[in-house]
Amino acid sequence: MSRLREFFSRINGPQTFGSGPRFWIPLGVLLLIAYVFPLFSDDYTIGNVAYFFTWLFMAAGLCLMWGYGGTLSFGQTAFFGIGGYTYGIVTLNFGADNGVTIYALVASVLLGAIVATLLGYFLFYGRINGVFLGIVTLAVSILLERFMAQTAGPQWRIGEARLNGFNGMNGMPALTIPWPGGDISLPAGAGFYYVILSILLIVYFGIRILVNSRFGNILVAIRENPQRAEMLGYDVRRFQLGAFVIGSALASLSGVFYTCWGQYITPSSMSLTSAALPIVWVAIGGRGDITASLLGALLTLAVFQTLTVNGAQYALIMMGVLLLVNVLTAPEGLILQLFRFRFKLSPRSQ
Amino acid sequence: MDIASAIFGFLYQIGDAAAFLVLASAGLAVVFGMMGVINMAHGEFIMFGAYGTAMAVRAGLPLPLAIAAGSLATGVIGVIIERLVICRLYGRPLDTIVATWGISLIFSQGTLILLGSSFPSAGTPLGSFTVGAYSYSWYRLILMLAAIVLLVGLWLLVNRTRFGILARATIQMPQMAEALGVKTRVVYSLTFGLGAALAGLTGGLYAPTMTMVPTMGSTFILEAFVTVVVGGADVFLGTAPAAGALGITKAIFTSWQGQLTGQIALLVAVILVIRLLPRGLSGWILKERS
Repeated sequence: MSRLREFFSRINGPQTFGSGPRFWIPLGVLLLIAYVFPLFSDDYTIGNVAYFFTWLFMAAGLCLMWGYGGTLSFGQTAFFGIGGYTYGIVTLNFGADNGVTIYALVASVLLGAIVATLLGYFLFYGRINGVFLGIVTLAVSILLERFMAQTAGPQWRIGEARLNGFNGMNGMPALTIPWPGGDISLPAGAGFYYVILSILLIVYFGIRILVNSRFGNILVAIRENPQRAEMLGYDVRRFQLGAFVIGSALASLSGVFYTCWGQYITPSSMSLTSAALPIVWVAIGGRGDITASLLGALLTLAVFQTLTVNGAQYALIMMGVLLLVNVLTAPEGLILQLFRFRFKLSPRSQ
Repeated sequence: MDIASAIFGFLYQIGDAAAFLVLASAGLAVVFGMMGVINMAHGEFIMFGAYGTAMAVRAGLPLPLAIAAGSLATGVIGVIIERLVICRLYGRPLDTIVATWGISLIFSQGTLILLGSSFPSAGTPLGSFTVGAYSYSWYRLILMLAAIVLLVGLWLLVNRTRFGILARATIQMPQMAEALGVKTRVVYSLTFGLGAALAGLTGGLYAPTMTMVPTMGSTFILEAFVTVVVGGADVFLGTAPAAGALGITKAIFTSWQGQLTGQIALLVAVILVIRLLPRGLSGWILKERS
């Protein structure tokens, strides 16, 4: 029992901002709003917010790798694609009955984690430094896009699933939960919204506990000074690989939810521009803290969508400007700096 | 005769692939090797060079002069970007990547809005010649020559000129160089400008052979990054041999299974090389030598 209490006490700790009522009450109100808002809203808005949520897993993964681990991966979209395509291939072959979609989800995330382990082994055990890590992961992402884009034609099929080249795959079944007395299918509506919000919460608290545990403290120590961490006896490579695998698996989860949400996936979800987006979200929110990263990602997604609706071609320019201004004036991230202001906190002692 | 023409064809492919890698990566390698900065807007600089060249050709300049003009203009843009953005970010390599990525988004999308989704190309000059059953482009041979001239020129610039000495001093020990009166800020600006100008030159050289679209830089970016990663920090000991080795790899796999297999082979080669030689070819060569 005390073990369990100790486990949950790690939700607050030195690596995450916010503890005590001044942080948790506003956050609780926010969550309450998130839970009751579908009752007062229309299907389109609910679906749209759920769409935003699908991306947040990827942002959370990047925050863990980049913010806490100091290893910037541009490959989030590659794992996003792996997740989405795997889900599509499995469900198109085996349908949605008997809980297949759940197995497909698990298989997609597992496959993402396995690929991340293989790639990460070569990178981290080759002691690739930050900049090169970014480039190699980016190259993987671009190549995967180019590969999937040329899979047009009937010869590119896995079982029943046609890969369809540049147009991507579509027609996958929505997430379906097996239930006594009839499976519950969750198309992009309120049901899907609640499922994804709940999983998001689990991931959020999971990461808070993770970064405040021994693993997280060592990860931050490595970010601050890899040599020192190594001299203290920690295997830097193992911890960085761990963070990379978890982060990439979360990106695969994003890919699965995205595919469930829209029931399609295309190679352009792995393009150079798509690869930039998670970096933008996390950088603007504040990569050093999971709450700031997720709020920043949500905010940026909403702003970006408004921009796209009102002037599609200028949205990307605005994104670039935002990124530039953010790096030059608030390198820690806008939301994180707001937090500091709100809580009158000096920069976290490290 | 058949064997001779087959060998020529294969050598031509290797030369073409290696020249592409050298030209695509030269600007990136200079900026990374000398300043430790990875410039994500490298592809957009190449695109600027190509657009500048095409505009100059349309204005009536002969192609070589047009390429020089495009390259120079890109160099000037590079210096401006360094003064406005990059100079504030030294010592923060990851932030530099993020910032230059922002610049890349602004440039490519800005070009799309200002100049539209396509742009009239200059047209490949010089025609072709035949060896055996296949015909080859003269212009591609010029590109191979250009890659060699570029490497030699760069070597002379770094090792035989005053700028080269000052630049190397700045890289080796910035504080000491500054104490001895070197204006390191100017050196950094010029080095970044040089990298941009080289990217522009590449764009200009390839402009006649490519479709002009705002995203044309992304054709080069994968190969450029891969070559720099394999090469390591030194342009001559790293980039050039890396381009040679990768060029052979790419040519073999491309002629065996097509363009995409060539690119995949390139990436696999890179991942293997960095596992075995984490500091790139140049790091390995320097270690063997000492």
